[in-house]
Amino acid sequence: MNTRSEHAPIIQMKDIEKHFGAVIALAGVSIDIFPGECHCLLGDNGAGKSTFIKTMSGVHKPTKGEIIFDGKPMHFDDPRDAMDAGIATVHQHLAMIPLMSVSRNFFMGNEPVKKIAGINFFDREKADRITMEEMRKMGINLRGPDQAVGTLSGGERQTVAISRAVHFGAKVLILDEPTSALGVRQTSNVLATIDKVRKQGVAVVFITHNVRHALAVGDRFTVLNRGKTLGTAQRGQITPDELQDMMAGGQELAQLDDALGGTV
Amino acid sequence: MSQSAQPTPATDERIKDISRLRQSLIRPELGGICGTVLVFTFFLLTALDSGMFNSQGVLNWSTVSAQFMIIAVGACLLMIAGEFDLSVGSMIGFAGMMIAIFSVTLGWPVWMAILITFTLCTALGALNGFIVIRTGLPSFIVTLAFLFILRGFTIYFPQTLERKTIIGGISDAAQGDWLAPVFGGKILGWLFQWLGEAGLIATFERGTRAGQPVVDGIPMLIVWAIALVFFGHVLLTRTRFGNWIFASGGDAEAARNSGVPVNRVKILMFMFTAFCATVFATCQVMEFGSAGADRGLLKEFEAIIAVVIGGALLTGGYGSVIGAALGALIFGVVQQGLFFAGVESSLFRVFLGVILLGAVILNTYIRRMITGER
Repeated sequence: MNTRSEHAPIIQMKDIEKHFGAVIALAGVSIDIFPGECHCLLGDNGAGKSTFIKTMSGVHKPTKGEIIFDGKPMHFDDPRDAMDAGIATVHQHLAMIPLMSVSRNFFMGNEPVKKIAGINFFDREKADRITMEEMRKMGINLRGPDQAVGTLSGGERQTVAISRAVHFGAKVLILDEPTSALGVRQTSNVLATIDKVRKQGVAVVFITHNVRHALAVGDRFTVLNRGKTLGTAQRGQITPDELQDMMAGGQELAQLDDALGGTV
Repeated sequence: MSQSAQPTPATDERIKDISRLRQSLIRPELGGICGTVLVFTFFLLTALDSGMFNSQGVLNWSTVSAQFMIIAVGACLLMIAGEFDLSVGSMIGFAGMMIAIFSVTLGWPVWMAILITFTLCTALGALNGFIVIRTGLPSFIVTLAFLFILRGFTIYFPQTLERKTIIGGISDAAQGDWLAPVFGGKILGWLFQWLGEAGLIATFERGTRAGQPVVDGIPMLIVWAIALVFFGHVLLTRTRFGNWIFASGGDAEAARNSGVPVNRVKILMFMFTAFCATVFATCQVMEFGSAGADRGLLKEFEAIIAVVIGGALLTGGYGSVIGAALGALIFGVVQQGLFFAGVESSLFRVFLGVILLGAVILNTYIRRMITGER
C-alpha cells in the first residue's frame, strides 16, 4: 500500500483555513491526494466536507493555507480555472439535466463543432458516437444517444457524469456524496465506476458519510470533524467502527450506539 | 472490486423494442402536428368554398400566422432558456412608436429610424435580461414591470410630442428608402403576375388594376417569419449555442457547473426576443403606414400560447421552434378561419382554449414518455 507515496501527489492541500465572517468552517486541514487512488473524505453533516471540496475545486478561496497542484502552487479564481487544470466535481444532484439527451448532457459546455460554410455547427454525429462508446465502456446500455437522462436511474446518471468528467481529461475527480440517494444495486454500480476510473490513473476524492461505501473502494480515509482533520488512515489500518466513531466525534455516538443496539 | 464489474450483456432485457412508427411519432412537435392537421381538416370541411383557400384567403391567414410566428420564435427560445418575456406586446407598440417618432416627428431618414429602434429595443431586451440575472427575480415579474413601463412611454411620447396617440405619414417618409422595403415590401411579384395571367389565381376584373393578380406578391412579413423560424430551429438543434440554451433552461446550476455561460445565454435570448418584437413592429408600421399606442396589446400571451401549443415546457429546458411555428400557424388559421367559416367571432376564444388545452395535455404526455419525468 505504501507504494503510492513514492509518486508525487497530484494535489496537496496544506493547512487550509476557511472563515465565513465569524464562522470558522475549516480550521487547518491538510490532505494530499495521489494519482490512481481513491481518497475518501468522511465526516458528518456540518463537518466542513462541502467547504473543503469547494475550496479544492475553486469555488471558495482559502482564507489561509496553500494548494499545490501538480507540484506548483495554484490559485483558482473560479471553478472554470480548476476545471481547466483537470479538477472535476460531480455533484450529487447538479450533474445532469434530465430533460436533455444523454449525448447533449455528455458534451454540455464542451460541444464538438464542425465547420460548414464557415459556420460552426454542433457535430452531433461525433457527439453521439463518443457518447455511445463511453457508455458502453461503463456498462450502460442506451436505447440511443438521444435517450433523455431523465429515463436513466440515479446510479446511471452518476456514472454518466463520472465518465464525462474522465473523458474531458479530469486528473482529480471530486465526487460529492454520489451514493447517498441511491439504492443498493445502483450504489454498487457507482462504486464499480469509481474503481474503473481509479485504474485509469485518475485521483478520486470520494465524499461520503457512509462508512461501508467508503471502505468498499477507498485506499485512504480522511475524517473531518468540526473543521479539522483527525488524520488520514490507510486501508486495512482502520476498522469500520473506528471510522464511524471518528466521524461522529466518538463519545456521543458510543452512547447512541447502546441505545440503538449497535445498529448505526 | 474488479469482480463487480461483470461484462454487461449487449442488450438490456428491460429495454423494450420500440416500433419505428412509434419512435418517429414521439417528438416534441407531435402536439403541434396533430393540431395543425386537425385544424386544417376542420376548415377544409367547413369553409372550403368560402374563399379561405384561394389566393387571398391563403395570404390572409398566412400573414396572420406569420405575425404570430415572428414573436413565437423569440418567445420559444427564451422559454427554452428558462425565462419569460411578458413585455413583448408592449415592446411591439414601443418599437413601432419609436420608428414613427424618429422618422415623422423628428424627420430622420426611415432607415436610420429603423436601425436606431432596433438598437434601442435589443438594448432594452438586454436590460430586461440583465435585471433578471442580477437580481435573481423571476423574469415574470421583471418583464411584467417592463410591460407597463414600455406601454406607458408608448402613450406618453406621442401625446407629448404630437398631441395624439397615432402617428401616421410613415408611408410618405418611407418613399424611396432603401431599408423600408425589407420590412414592408413584397417579393415574387413576377410569379404572381404570371400565375394571374395563366388564370391560376384570381385577378382584378375591373378598375385601374384590371388584369393584375389580387395577390401581387409575398409580404416580407412572411419572409421574415420563415427566415426567423429557420434560424431559430438551426440555432437550437444544430449549434453548440443551442445546447447551451437547453442546458440553461433545464438546470442553470448544472449548466454552470459544466462551464456553460448561462447568464450570457439568457441575456442574449432576451435580446433576441426583443429583436423579434421589433421585426414584428417594423413590418406592421411599414404595412399600415402608421404607429399606434395600442399596437401589440396581449401579443405576449399569444406568443406564449403558440409556443406552448408547440410543445415547449413552461419551466424551460424543453421545446421546439418548429413546434412553436406550428402553434402560431394553428393560432392564425383558427383566428381567420372562423371568420371564413361564418362562425360567430366570439367563439374564437372558445376554440382556441380547447386547442390549447388539448395540445398541452398531449404534449405533457409525450414529454413524459421522452424524458422519463414522473
